[in-house]
Amino acid sequence: MTAKTARVPVAKTYKIYIGGKFPRSESGRFYPLEDDDGAVIANICRGSRKDFRNAVVAARSAQPGWGASSAYLRGQILYRVAEMLEGRREQFVAELVLQGITKRKAQAEVDATTDRLIYYAGWSDKYQQIFSAVNPVSSSHFNFSVLEPTGVVSILAPEESGLLGLVSNIAPVIVGGNTCVVLASQNLPLCAVSLAEVLHASDVPGGVVNILTGFREELAGQFSSHMDVNAIVYCDGDASVAKQIQEKAADNIKRVLSRVEIDWKSHASQNPYLIQETQEVKTTWHPIGS
Amino acid sequence: MESQPNKLAFDSGWAYSPAPESTDHVHIDKKYDLFIGGEFVAPVKGGYFETINPATEEVLSSVAEATDADVDRAVKAARKAYRGAWSKMNAAERGKYIFRIARILQERAREFSVIESLDGGKPIRESRDIDIPLAAAHFFYYAGWADKLGYAFPGRTPKALGVAGQIIPWNFPLLMAAWKIAPALACGNTVVLKPAETTPLTAMKLAEVIRDAGLPPGVVNIVTGAGKTGAAIVNHPDVDKIAFTGSTDVGRLIQRAIAGTKKKYTLELGGKAANIIFADAAIDQAVEGIVNGIFFNQGHVCCAGSRLFVQESVADEVIQKLKDRMETLIVGDPLDKNTDVGAINSAPQLEKIESYLKIGQQEGAEMYQSSCPVPKRGYWCRPTIFTGVSQSNRVVQEEIFGPVLAIQTFRTLEEGLTKANNTPYGLSGGVWTDKGAKIFKMTQQVRAGVIWANTFNKFDPTSPFGGYKESGVGREGGLHGLGAYVRLEPQS
Repeated sequence: MTAKTARVPVAKTYKIYIGGKFPRSESGRFYPLEDDDGAVIANICRGSRKDFRNAVVAARSAQPGWGASSAYLRGQILYRVAEMLEGRREQFVAELVLQGITKRKAQAEVDATTDRLIYYAGWSDKYQQIFSAVNPVSSSHFNFSVLEPTGVVSILAPEESGLLGLVSNIAPVIVGGNTCVVLASQNLPLCAVSLAEVLHASDVPGGVVNILTGFREELAGQFSSHMDVNAIVYCDGDASVAKQIQEKAADNIKRVLSRVEIDWKSHASQNPYLIQETQEVKTTWHPIGS
Repeated sequence: MESQPNKLAFDSGWAYSPAPESTDHVHIDKKYDLFIGGEFVAPVKGGYFETINPATEEVLSSVAEATDADVDRAVKAARKAYRGAWSKMNAAERGKYIFRIARILQERAREFSVIESLDGGKPIRESRDIDIPLAAAHFFYYAGWADKLGYAFPGRTPKALGVAGQIIPWNFPLLMAAWKIAPALACGNTVVLKPAETTPLTAMKLAEVIRDAGLPPGVVNIVTGAGKTGAAIVNHPDVDKIAFTGSTDVGRLIQRAIAGTKKKYTLELGGKAANIIFADAAIDQAVEGIVNGIFFNQGHVCCAGSRLFVQESVADEVIQKLKDRMETLIVGDPLDKNTDVGAINSAPQLEKIESYLKIGQQEGAEMYQSSCPVPKRGYWCRPTIFTGVSQSNRVVQEEIFGPVLAIQTFRTLEEGLTKANNTPYGLSGGVWTDKGAKIFKMTQQVRAGVIWANTFNKFDPTSPFGGYKESGVGREGGLHGLGAYVRLEPQS
């Protein structure tokens, strides 16, 4: 008789998410994520600038289709993401605990994240009505202004809020028909990779959300300067970081959205103005006559 | 004259007699100082520069050149006014001051029109019927918002930003001043405005209006000068917001210059608008739209329809009719009420336009200009079209800011759309077709902030204006224009 041995658990390989696929970094680089005792939790892909460029290509090609999908459909897909997240609640809680917070706090964060997705799902077919206008021009024209997605948005996600802060920035961008490339929190990356799996299982078309892991220091410059990105959202850093981002963003007059020092746990951090920030106002004129 | 089958008959056999607007009711001072803290004050370093009439090259007046010290004085005056009277004033009373500005502008409209045409070269018909009435309407529109701002931002409390630094171009001098000052004041900010160096006169006249309207000293300050004066405003540490209208290159410099500061900004930059004519359009109307799109204000319009796309099956007809129509355009004295195309705003701008005429021909395009006579003195450019151009030609890709049109053809809607969107700019666009569904498809998919369908170059204070992509950030006009001058706080 053979001795009874404990089952060996299967560890997950954490990969990046580009164009609906889960490649490793093209660079082949990684960085170890360690717990407080210095034990390796996982090897995280250290994404490269080439990974970022690939992700922008994926985001750009996905944008017209996603932007043209109906508001109702985008709402349902965001709701579906919330459903999938709820189903995987224990996994996300476990990852947050691995990254060093209490189980209670972890549960609260996952629940708040699910609720935030539902919040923005509900805005999908309403923000347009809040922010549009029919303009009473003096001449004989019908004139109206509507919102359209800005296009491709790069997001430097909050460093200290690896799940809730991440989703709080992705949701308002994509609910408005934009696509995005996101750099996950460098020190709290586990949930970002697992979120990609949730997105993948929720009918979010490939390329709508692309998630990279890696070093902020290395990648932030290109998130700011890439000429085929229309807007950049950043959530951390002092004036010198803001300066670097905006200087580079000026190359193609990117919209620069600072969301530093926001408490993503607070109810006030969710509002439709975050959707509006990555929208363009388009005004159309047509004569009235016979 | 040999007759052509489709030729539009404009020639009545009667010649136009000159119909110049008189200037005797207009007074221009020999010299203008800076308007700071409610008074006209001499510049610290004492420098002045001349502003000329581009139609005659004669000097109209001298205006002060504001240096860093003058800008600092203006910002201090604006800050003092913001902290003092303006931010403490009841919003309805604030609005009443802005209403006053609108009314005085209406009263003095004729004077402003004549000065605008003298200083900038635009036809009196345009300054009289468009620039000045729209400027007054803009003040009137935003005046009414002053005590209703809460309704514009559901769930939020809008607060003033403080001191706004505003830099405006020379193509619509008074109108741009109105676009900038009216919403800023309505939202409770104070202002330091710099008009363009070639067209400062109506801004200085506006300073008189603001003084006469009794606005508290320092609420609006107007400083004249060129790029260095603008840079002093942009870089001043006590300015809370920069609003700029001008070229994309300068817009980039500004975005970089204020990087890392808390300054908010809106940029209204360059354009290279596509004007797209489908075969099923009302062709004669479309031709009028093309003419209005590119020759309005000598083409000195950021939203000018400078790229024409004509569906192939009607291209010959459209181009022939356009040439016929161009032949009827009168280029000359801006003060003549018959004039269609006035003077180019300045010698450097004429030089720039002429360099593009050379570039276009060197790149192999075919150039056609109308044959009208132009005056001997002054800066003039005949209405010009280029055919046989491709997407990569510089006259197709770069903003010329003159009466120069690049014409291309397309076969399918998708081809037209792809070509139209093949530009880093995204300010405006035009679509001409009789089919409603096609209008909506095109107007949805052209990536630009303002789309004119079966019309072109229309403006209204209630209608937001501004660009996608490298044509700028933010909107001016309408409800959306308020967002540029407030910060939003959660409702308490």
